[in-house]
Amino acid sequence: MSLHPTTRRVMGIETEYGVLEPGRPGANPMALSSYVVAAYGTHVSTGRRARWDYDDEDPLLDARGFRLDRAGAHPSLLTDDPTRPAPSGEVPHEVARPAVEPYDDPAAANAILTNGARLYVDHAHPEYSSPEITRARDGVLWDRAGELVMLTAMRALGQNPALPDVVLYKNNVDGKGATYGTHENFLVDRAVPFAQLAARIMPFLVTRPVFAGAGRVGIGQRGEKAGFQISQRADYVEAEIGLETTLRRPIVNTRDEPHADPDRWRRLHLIGGDANCLEVATYLKLGTTSLVLWLIEQGAALEQPAAVVDALARLDALALADPVAATHEVSHDLTLALPLELADGRRLTALEIQREYLEAVTSVGEARSDDDETRDVLARWSSLLDRLATDPASCAREVEWLAKLRVLEGLRRRDHVEWGHARLAAVDLQWSDLRPERSLYAKLVQAGAVETLVDPGDVERAVTEPPRDTRAFFRGRAISRFGAYVSAASWDSVVFDVPGAPTLSRVPMRDPLRGTAEHVESLFEASADARALLAALGT
Amino acid sequence: MAEQEQRRIERDEPDAPEAPVPAAPSTQARDAEVDALLDEIDDVLESNAETFVRGFVQKGGE
Repeated sequence: MSLHPTTRRVMGIETEYGVLEPGRPGANPMALSSYVVAAYGTHVSTGRRARWDYDDEDPLLDARGFRLDRAGAHPSLLTDDPTRPAPSGEVPHEVARPAVEPYDDPAAANAILTNGARLYVDHAHPEYSSPEITRARDGVLWDRAGELVMLTAMRALGQNPALPDVVLYKNNVDGKGATYGTHENFLVDRAVPFAQLAARIMPFLVTRPVFAGAGRVGIGQRGEKAGFQISQRADYVEAEIGLETTLRRPIVNTRDEPHADPDRWRRLHLIGGDANCLEVATYLKLGTTSLVLWLIEQGAALEQPAAVVDALARLDALALADPVAATHEVSHDLTLALPLELADGRRLTALEIQREYLEAVTSVGEARSDDDETRDVLARWSSLLDRLATDPASCAREVEWLAKLRVLEGLRRRDHVEWGHARLAAVDLQWSDLRPERSLYAKLVQAGAVETLVDPGDVERAVTEPPRDTRAFFRGRAISRFGAYVSAASWDSVVFDVPGAPTLSRVPMRDPLRGTAEHVESLFEASADARALLAALGT
Repeated sequence: MAEQEQRRIERDEPDAPEAPVPAAPSTQARDAEVDALLDEIDDVLESNAETFVRGFVQKGGE
C-alpha cells in the first residue's frame, strides 16, 4: 500500500474582527458588533432569520476525557444552550414545535449565510465562521468572502444615518492588552489519541509563525516594549494544553466538540494563529497543518510501514523543552536564527524544526500526481523554508510579517522614526482595515507587491455560494432556497418549519462529507418547496 | 465548482516545483521599490496617527 500525503481535510477558519466607531473610542463594542451582524442580515434577508441550533454543542467537553463543571466554567466558555439531548440518525426527524418562538437574545445577533457560513457576535466582536471546506485554496476563498461580508455590513451601516459608522479590522490585538482570535478547525481521525496528537503537533504550531505570522508592532501583551515581532498572538499564549480560549490561552485547545459524529472525528480547534490578510499565509497555514495532521493520523493505522514509524519518531524527537517560552522566542526573533531547546537536549531553529516536519511528511510518500494543491503546498513550504534561511527579504510577497516589516522598515529609514513612534503602530493597525480605500494591505495588492492566489470574482461568488464538497452545501442551499422555512440551523443540523406540518423537522448532518452538491443538488433542483425536499430526504 | 476553479487557477501558474526563485534585487533597487510603496501609503495613512492609535481600544475576545 502506498501512502499519499494530502491537504484534503474538513477545515474552516473563524475570525473575530476588531471593531471601531471612528471618533468614539468609548463606543460599546457589543452594540457595534450587533449592528454589523444585523446590517448584513437585513441586507441579505430571506424573510425569516433562522436561530442558531445549539442542540449538539458542548463547549465544556474536554478532549482529555473529562467534562468541565458548568458552575466552575468561566462564563465565556458557556457558548451553548444545552437544554435538549442530541439526536442521532441521518434522516429528518420530528421535533415538537414550540408553543412560542424560542427567545433569541437580540445581543446574540446571528445570521446563517447562503454560503454556509455563520455570522454572529462573539464576546465583543463580529465573527465570521467560514463554511466547511476541504482544500486550502477553498479556505482562502471562503475566508476572503468573510472580508467582503464585513465590508458589505460596514457600507450598509455607513448609508444608514440612524446607525453608527463602524470600521472593522482583520487583526488580533489592540496594543493595549486586548486580543481576539482567529481560530482554525481541522477534523481529525478520532482514532488518534488526543495526548499523542497534541504532543506531535505542538512544535509545528510553535514554529509555524515563521511563514504564517501576520507581524505585530509592539512586544508584550500591552506592547510594553517598542519593537516588531512575527506573530500577533504569541505573547498571549500562556499554556501548552487547555480548554480556555479567553484566558490562560493554550497552544493546543482541548475543546472536544466535533460538530460531527464523535465516534469518527475530533475537531482540532487551534486558537493561536493570526488573522492573515495575505492569501499565501492563509493557504499555507491550512495546507501545511493539514499535511502534518495527515502524517499524525498515519500513526493510528493498525499496521504501519517502517517509513511511517520512522517519520513519527522524528516528530516525537522534536518535543520542545518549554513550548510556551519557545512560542514567545520564535515570535521575537526576527533573525530566524535563534536555536530552541528541545526536550532531548538538542537545539534547533524554528526553520530547522519546520524542515523536519516537511521532510517527515514527504519521507512516507508522494502526493498523487493529480493532487495539484498538495504538490503546490509542499513546494511552497520547502521554497519558503530555504529562502527564509538565506534571503528573508525575498519572501516579502508571500509572508505577511515580512511584507509588513518591509513597509515599516521603509518608513523608519525614510522618516527617521524609532519603533515606539505612533505612525508605525498606525501602519500595523491600518494594514488590516477592511475598507479597500484605507487598507494598507490593499495598497500593496494594487501595487503588485504581494502575491494573491484567488480570483476576486471567485471571492465574490463565495460570498453567496457554498462550497460544493461538504455539508455546507446543504446548509447554504437550505437557506437560499427555503430560508423562510428554516427555523434554526447549526454546523450539524438544519431545522425546517413547514407550514401545515404538525412538527418541526430536524435534518441532522453528522457527517461533514455528506450533504454535498453531489448528494443533494439534484434533490434541491427537483424540490418545488421545503416539504418536497424533506420528503425526498426521508426516503 | 470549487474543483473546476481550482484546476483552472492551477493551470495559470507554472508548476510550483519548477517555479523560479526570484533573483535577489540589490538593496538599492529594493529601497526604491519600497519608497514607491510608501508614497502610495502616505496618501491613505491616518494623518493623526497618535490619536488613531490611542483610540484603537478593543475588548478581549477568544
